[in-house]
Amino acid sequence: MLIAVLSGLLISCLIIPFGKHLKSKWGILIALLPASLFVYFLMQLPKVQFGNILTSTNAWVPSMGVNLAFRLDGLSLLFALLITGIGTGIFSYAFSYLKKHNYIDRFFGYLSLFMASMLGLSLSDNIILLFVFWELTSISSFFLIGFNNNSAESRRSALISFGVTGLGGFFLLAALVWVGSVAGTYSLSDLLLLGNIYTQQPLYPLAVVFLCIGAFTKSAQFPFHFWLPGAMRAPTPVSAYLHSATMVKAGVYILARFTPIIGGTMVWQYLLIAFGGFTMIYAAYNSIIRNDLKSILAYTTISALGILVFLIGLGTQAALIAAISFIVTHALYKAALFMITGIIDLQTGTRNIRKLSGLFKKMPLVGVAGAIAALSSAGVPLFIGFISKDLIYESTLELVNNQAYYLTALAVLTNIALVAAGFMAGFTPFIGKDSFPKVTRFKMEPSFWLPPIILGVLTVIFGIFPSWLEHAFINPSAKVILSESITGDLKLWHGFNTVFILSLITVGIGTVLFVLNKPNQRKQELVSKLEKIAPKSLFSSIFFHFRSFSQKYTNILHDGFLRNYIFKIFLFAEIVLLYVLIKDGPIYVNFEQLSAISFYEIVCVLILCGAILIVLFTKSRMTAVIATSVVGYTICLMYVFYSAPDLAMTQFSIDTLTVVLFVFVLFRLPPFLNFRNKATRARDAVLAILFGTTISLVVLKVMQTPFSPDVKEFYGAYAYILAKGKNVVNVILVDFRGIDTMFEIVVLTIAGLGVFSLLKLRLKSSEKE
Amino acid sequence: MELVLVILIGIFYAAGVFLVLRRSMVRLLLGIILLSNGTNILIFLLGYLVKGKPPVIPKDLQVFQDIYADPVPQALILTAIVISFGLTAFAIVLLKRVYALIDSDDLDSLNTPEEEEEDL
Repeated sequence: MLIAVLSGLLISCLIIPFGKHLKSKWGILIALLPASLFVYFLMQLPKVQFGNILTSTNAWVPSMGVNLAFRLDGLSLLFALLITGIGTGIFSYAFSYLKKHNYIDRFFGYLSLFMASMLGLSLSDNIILLFVFWELTSISSFFLIGFNNNSAESRRSALISFGVTGLGGFFLLAALVWVGSVAGTYSLSDLLLLGNIYTQQPLYPLAVVFLCIGAFTKSAQFPFHFWLPGAMRAPTPVSAYLHSATMVKAGVYILARFTPIIGGTMVWQYLLIAFGGFTMIYAAYNSIIRNDLKSILAYTTISALGILVFLIGLGTQAALIAAISFIVTHALYKAALFMITGIIDLQTGTRNIRKLSGLFKKMPLVGVAGAIAALSSAGVPLFIGFISKDLIYESTLELVNNQAYYLTALAVLTNIALVAAGFMAGFTPFIGKDSFPKVTRFKMEPSFWLPPIILGVLTVIFGIFPSWLEHAFINPSAKVILSESITGDLKLWHGFNTVFILSLITVGIGTVLFVLNKPNQRKQELVSKLEKIAPKSLFSSIFFHFRSFSQKYTNILHDGFLRNYIFKIFLFAEIVLLYVLIKDGPIYVNFEQLSAISFYEIVCVLILCGAILIVLFTKSRMTAVIATSVVGYTICLMYVFYSAPDLAMTQFSIDTLTVVLFVFVLFRLPPFLNFRNKATRARDAVLAILFGTTISLVVLKVMQTPFSPDVKEFYGAYAYILAKGKNVVNVILVDFRGIDTMFEIVVLTIAGLGVFSLLKLRLKSSEKE
Repeated sequence: MELVLVILIGIFYAAGVFLVLRRSMVRLLLGIILLSNGTNILIFLLGYLVKGKPPVIPKDLQVFQDIYADPVPQALILTAIVISFGLTAFAIVLLKRVYALIDSDDLDSLNTPEEEEEDL
């Protein structure tokens, strides 16, 4: 199982060196990857179907309880089969779709990466591992949405979707860590065995909210739905695969997965029903007022995800069976509709349904596929959509009290709009008068039209023999969520009961709506009036302000002038030092400890002050350098007074060398320039004087604290006894701290090499500006 | 005398900070030299001033009998002097190189205009 998950990652790495072969006609063989995985998972079906759970564990970070543990139960298998099965179709379809594209190798690299992470997400038995794969799907989705990276709109959409899903990822991580740390295990199997042990925890409601935010961002629930229509900038195969069939279902998967662990409570139910319910009706209405085929499909997808969240929120057996059958149904027909849209877009160059009509004669096979998918999405009898819609109505009708009426009405309204939207996507382009009279027939290869046809046919097969689906997927998956045995009845014909009547009403009104509804400017304008308070504009304005704020902030701190940087650094140091000084209370001076002042000391200090003044105010560089050297030599004298002969000697030689070097450089200087104006000089002077005063105060403060003589006495006592040297300073440098001195020599050597090479380096004429 | 030195350290720092904030590269370098001299005196002062008693053990003795100046700050300062010379020497040669390249002592002429940022 490990290999199955990792194969996608491996292939995506192999594409880097071998990607060029993808551009040949044998590139279609890449579809063998999902196909073989599909066969592999199909072979596991008999085992899993009867409640067996296959696991595989490899240690990864065992010390933190994170392992490469995978688990294949009913729910995982359902997702794995969807991912690899639809993946096979998408891979071969994408090969035709992007045939002429320069970066087709890159595309398949991202796509395999995505498939592997999605598989990992649905098979993970470790919730931290699950999170890693969750983030990987967001990242690969970012690359896929921004695949047309020369379009600014694509890049923006990719950023927005990544921002939203990434934000949700943080919330999910918080919830997962909480779940794991309360239970003491990060293993999903163990958590499922424990059941819901969290309801009494004080943080429980917060954890549920966090988990839901994670799931809602990924599954595009209101108010996070806005990234999904934007993500339709991606190439159509990506929209079909990620944004309708698989990735957006990841949030639904998480909710289903965690239902037995932290779900089932009032908070959980109300949260999911409220957000799912609102999303489904809101997006359904949005879908029927669009012109763009992909927008229609995007909003119907959001609506379908809303239905799924809503059903999981209901949490009854009927609702979960309905949810799972709807996951399969929706993945099949929506992927087919997306592929058809892609074909139409590529052949005719437009996706606007007002410009498209009468294409059936030009591409009959695609038209057939479109009709099947539209009928299935409408839930016409004999198609799988009929069954899942019935199940949805059943699950709302069985609720008690008034809830049944309200929620059923909500579901019916949503589905009516979805019927109309499905017809708009599947029928409108193919019927009516011919919009492209010049073209007699659009030519295309089988890998293009075959996948949607196969998906369409599957919806019919499952629609006629729903018991296959029931035994193979729906029961095993629902068992995982409900953790009990289920006896579902997924029959095609329930008799003339309320559900059947509701179904007929839905299809009937939906068809009427389809005929009457003409997407027009007015309705879109009505909706766009709400845009200002819509989450999308909120998000982009936060995004915009954050960006401009950090830009301004950076510009203030990093204006590119060294002196301004230094000014800020000193100012900050000054503030911190002053704060500490004031906090520590008053400063005392112990006058008894002070030594007497002699005449020559005063002379030295005066010379120093004078030299410093000259350095500060002279107009000539040479004078400044000479004054600096006077400073150095006078300090050297002071070292002599205060019993530091070694320092005096060092200072003397170093100072001499510095002056020599300075003069060596200075004789070729350009004329001196006085750059700064008076205000800046005054500002700098104030800071400098403040800083100097503060340093003086700090020194006083430090002198006030008694100084421990231990170190001094240690060196004094052992300099001769241990190191056989009488000059203690020398002994410290070359013996006690010998290694320090060695590295000091290394540093000096490096500086010396730098000096030498800079002097040797000849200037090329091209370097001179 | 310590108080006089404390004020002197303040003057060194003030002058150093002021010079470091100048636009001329030579002044920047002189400022750094003044700052490091000031710091050396600061460290030296913290070892207390002892006149005429260098930390050298007398010829006929194995340990000190009399008081002596603290050798630890001296060792530290010695290292600091040498290292700051390394820095200064390198900086001076670098200055020369910059002169040769741009004919200027102006730090601002080293700045390159920042590229226009692309939207998003």
